[in-house]
Amino acid sequence: MRARFRTTMEQLLHQEPRTALVLADIGPLDLGRGTPVARRVVNVGIREQALVGVAAGLALAGLRPFVHSYAPFLVERPYEQLKLDLSHQDLGAVLVSIGASHDAASEGRTHQCPADVALVGALPGWRVHTPGHPDEAESLLRAAAAGDDRQYVRLAARPNPDPLPADGRLHVLRDGGGTAVLAIGPALAQTLPAVADLDVALAYTSTPWPLDADGLADLLRGRDRLVVVEPYLEASTAPQVVAALAGRAVGLTFAGVGRREVRRYGTPEDHDRWHGIDAAGIRRRVLAVG
Amino acid sequence: MTSTTAPPRPLPPALLHNLRRLTGDEKHDAAAHSTLDVLWVLHDRVLRLRPDDPAMPGRDRFLLSKGHGPASYYAVLATAGFFPEHWLDDLAGPTAPLGHHPDRLLVPGVEISSGSLGHGLPLAVGLARGLDLTGEAGDVHVLVGDAELDEGSNHEAIALAGRWGLRRLRCVVVDNASATLGWPGGIARRFEVEGWSSAHADAADHDALHAALTRPADGPHVTVVRAARKGA
Repeated sequence: MRARFRTTMEQLLHQEPRTALVLADIGPLDLGRGTPVARRVVNVGIREQALVGVAAGLALAGLRPFVHSYAPFLVERPYEQLKLDLSHQDLGAVLVSIGASHDAASEGRTHQCPADVALVGALPGWRVHTPGHPDEAESLLRAAAAGDDRQYVRLAARPNPDPLPADGRLHVLRDGGGTAVLAIGPALAQTLPAVADLDVALAYTSTPWPLDADGLADLLRGRDRLVVVEPYLEASTAPQVVAALAGRAVGLTFAGVGRREVRRYGTPEDHDRWHGIDAAGIRRRVLAVG
Repeated sequence: MTSTTAPPRPLPPALLHNLRRLTGDEKHDAAAHSTLDVLWVLHDRVLRLRPDDPAMPGRDRFLLSKGHGPASYYAVLATAGFFPEHWLDDLAGPTAPLGHHPDRLLVPGVEISSGSLGHGLPLAVGLARGLDLTGEAGDVHVLVGDAELDEGSNHEAIALAGRWGLRRLRCVVVDNASATLGWPGGIARRFEVEGWSSAHADAADHDALHAALTRPADGPHVTVVRAARKGA
């Protein structure tokens, strides 16, 4: 997904003269080198507060800034800048992160950021995308380039087997019995084997914030259980789900990254298992609510 | 404060009237407002702005980073004609456009919503770089307080502006000696080592202020304005 971000971003810089890419010594620093678009690749060095402040200043000048770094350095360190320099100024930008949750498992806690979606979702006026495939990432980035709003595109290291439409809608992949399972972004990869032989409905979205409320209402027609499998901090999607249900009595389970700090290295798959969001863990959670 | 030794300031009576109107405090001496002189000189003599067209392309941009205590700013904008003077009579009321921190979406002429320290200068750096990229005319002026410089975000921005040689960026530091731990070697030194040019002026000397604010520069330029000590 990160490779696709690079190629897509390079094309956008050439195709869209408003586009700028703001970096803090991480990412495709050499993008467009030797071409006129290189001047719109702005590297601030290791200064993540300025990363966001400068991006907001570029937006004040009428540019469309894309801001890219590791999730903890893009969202958590300059969080007040996101709140004030972008949201409070009512300025647009596209944040593009890598290092989703524990993708950087072996780097330890410093490079892990499961809370990013909850944090961005707590700010007004943001759309959050968690593409599950490079094709989805590309179409989301292209759509974002044409807008003026605030978007967060969370790139993951482990894609789903196939792309699905990245149109902000909820897509029903399979019909089934009384329980509906909603897999968000790259969580679909583990959810597919988890529910392969279970009589449940399965739906997918790459845009959890705002959640497709109409799509969710359709999915839950005649069903009273919903399991949300989310690739970030568990229950980050809860405010969107609860609002979409509008008071309906539905049994809810959120399966995501736990709040406790797992003080271990290993692989992303290890962390999935420890947090109960590998295929076996998801299957247990689905059966437990059935 | 005592004003027996303060020189007379060439501030127009309408501005002082508007300031009193806003604070509702007749004995509140204008000199207590550390930013008043530089705000007036900027808007009266330096900035290319049109109050009847605050979003005019090619205008100079003024970013008030020191957004707390904006009474002087509001009085200057009202006097310059950016919004009706009667707005000054309802500060921070439930339907008031003027609050204790300015909001760019509510007040014509206000380029940034500020109040939390350390945001204006990085915004100004991005704006100056952005205008260089788009080719639009206009200088970018940003006003910060000396204590506000404590924020690390400002030091990120000072370094960037110097390295990038942002010629259209002009910072004003209003020094009312309010930084708790101070700046050994002086405030201007912090900018100079990053490649900025600098100038000093007293708040009360408007001609010196004007000269310092408009001094030609090959890169970013800072004017350190000596104002009355906070609480004096």
